[in-house]
Amino acid sequence: MALLEIKDVRVSYGPVSALQGVSLAVEAGQVVTLIGSNGAGKSTTLRAISGMVRVTSGTVTFDGKNITNLPPHEIVRLGIAHAPEGRGIFANLTVDENLEVGAFVRSDRAGIAQDRERAFTLFPRLKERQRQIAGTLSGGEQQMLAIARALQSRPRLLLLDEPSLGLAPQVVSTIFQIIREINSTGTTILLVEQNATMALRAAHRGYVLEVGNIVLADDAKVLAESDEVRKAYLGIG
Amino acid sequence: MADPAITKLLQTTMDAMAVGSLYALIALGYTMVYGILRFINFAHSDIFMLGAWVSFVLARALGWAAPGAVAPVWAGPFAIVFVMVTCGALGFTIERLAYRPLRSAPRINVLITAIGVSLLLENVGQLPAAFGTQPQRMPTLLPDVALAEVGGVILRSVDLTVIGVAVVLMLVLEWVIYNTKLGLAMRAVSTDTRVAALMGIPVDRVISTTFVIGSSLAAAAGFLAAMKYPGLNQPAHSTWVLLGLKAFVAAVIGGIGNLRGAVAGGLLIGVVELFGAAYLSPHLRDVYVFSLLIAVLLFRPAGLLGQATVEKV
Repeated sequence: MALLEIKDVRVSYGPVSALQGVSLAVEAGQVVTLIGSNGAGKSTTLRAISGMVRVTSGTVTFDGKNITNLPPHEIVRLGIAHAPEGRGIFANLTVDENLEVGAFVRSDRAGIAQDRERAFTLFPRLKERQRQIAGTLSGGEQQMLAIARALQSRPRLLLLDEPSLGLAPQVVSTIFQIIREINSTGTTILLVEQNATMALRAAHRGYVLEVGNIVLADDAKVLAESDEVRKAYLGIG
Repeated sequence: MADPAITKLLQTTMDAMAVGSLYALIALGYTMVYGILRFINFAHSDIFMLGAWVSFVLARALGWAAPGAVAPVWAGPFAIVFVMVTCGALGFTIERLAYRPLRSAPRINVLITAIGVSLLLENVGQLPAAFGTQPQRMPTLLPDVALAEVGGVILRSVDLTVIGVAVVLMLVLEWVIYNTKLGLAMRAVSTDTRVAALMGIPVDRVISTTFVIGSSLAAAAGFLAAMKYPGLNQPAHSTWVLLGLKAFVAAVIGGIGNLRGAVAGGLLIGVVELFGAAYLSPHLRDVYVFSLLIAVLLFRPAGLLGQATVEKV
């Protein structure tokens, strides 16, 4: 059974329907990517999983448990961390305090300290800036902080929303390398990206979303080779 | 014999500090709620008023208000804890019943509701079953002895207790905000409610706690104010609620949403009001306060310690 399974999920923002029956599955241990153009519903899918938006019909199942429309703070406790679109850094808190908020649901001091050290190993830049106010970090550093903070709840499933957005190409490859590293230690990842090339290279499996519907689903390698994806999202052919 | 000019200066400073620290205590509640929910809880000044009246009702019920009665030593500490607990519970209830159902409503609706809650508290307070319509005199519940004389000013224990308790409460709050998990959660919620929820913070519970803390601080200020100025008026809005509103001015002057700003604003208002009253004219106390507000809003709209924010479109 998949770690995360969403079935026929519908979400609307007022009269505007954003997801029109999306189904996807994420197997434990994998990186799964959700690609698609602006407004296709990628971020909304992640928000439906983490409880930020109301699901009007359909189900979200995590580890065999129905979590549809649970409040976000309870979903984190079950093991899903969401690094949201736009990073959502607490700009007036320090880097350290941001990480501390990330570990809010935990009380095992030793484990928290261990995970913070792990985050600093993944992102040495953050260690240098531990006491700095997060709002003064560069865009790349803020993205690193967003990912590091999400990891502080020691999630089984990590939802990443456009981690490459607005970053210099060099920083983008660093971020993707770290995504692979995080996955190699056992964390399952659902990655939303506009940068389809990078995303498909990092992922095991991919889904293509168009105006609120899944139109393609396959192994990431197969998708990267498919004509439709190459034309529409990779700018080739 | 001390120089009368110096005596007046010292006396005014002492009063300004006492009144200013009360304004600061109340202003903290305004600023905390604004920081988290971005709305002005106009019922907050009524909680302050209730802090005073509930202390009086308690004192009357325990027989301390009878002519010639002397309250026991534990009366003061007991009364302040009692009003902090009851008004904290009231703050919790108000948030739960009046504000939480409007969490996703436009902010103006919440603001109008707050004004409604404020009027409700003032008017219910005048019912015979509550405090009635007659002015009352608060009995002395704190030891009131002359401790020392400095430059012709008699240092009264009541004044020092008012300042001391206010300062201790502010230090405790500062500690909670910057050194506990609750404080971290409050700061996270005030920065970004949605992301705070994503991090596992139970936002509604944090908001409730904020109301409880703010209300109990205002209630403590109400009790302390009644110790210094024992005349309890009805209708309350003519004096007591106005005091609370001046604390709102203090929060705005300091930079609403900023805790240290609220304390600085409270002390500044105390100084301006009491020095104005002592050296210019005692009839224009409110004018000094509100003129200062206008000046600050003209020249530093974000408040003295506030950061100017650019509204993003």
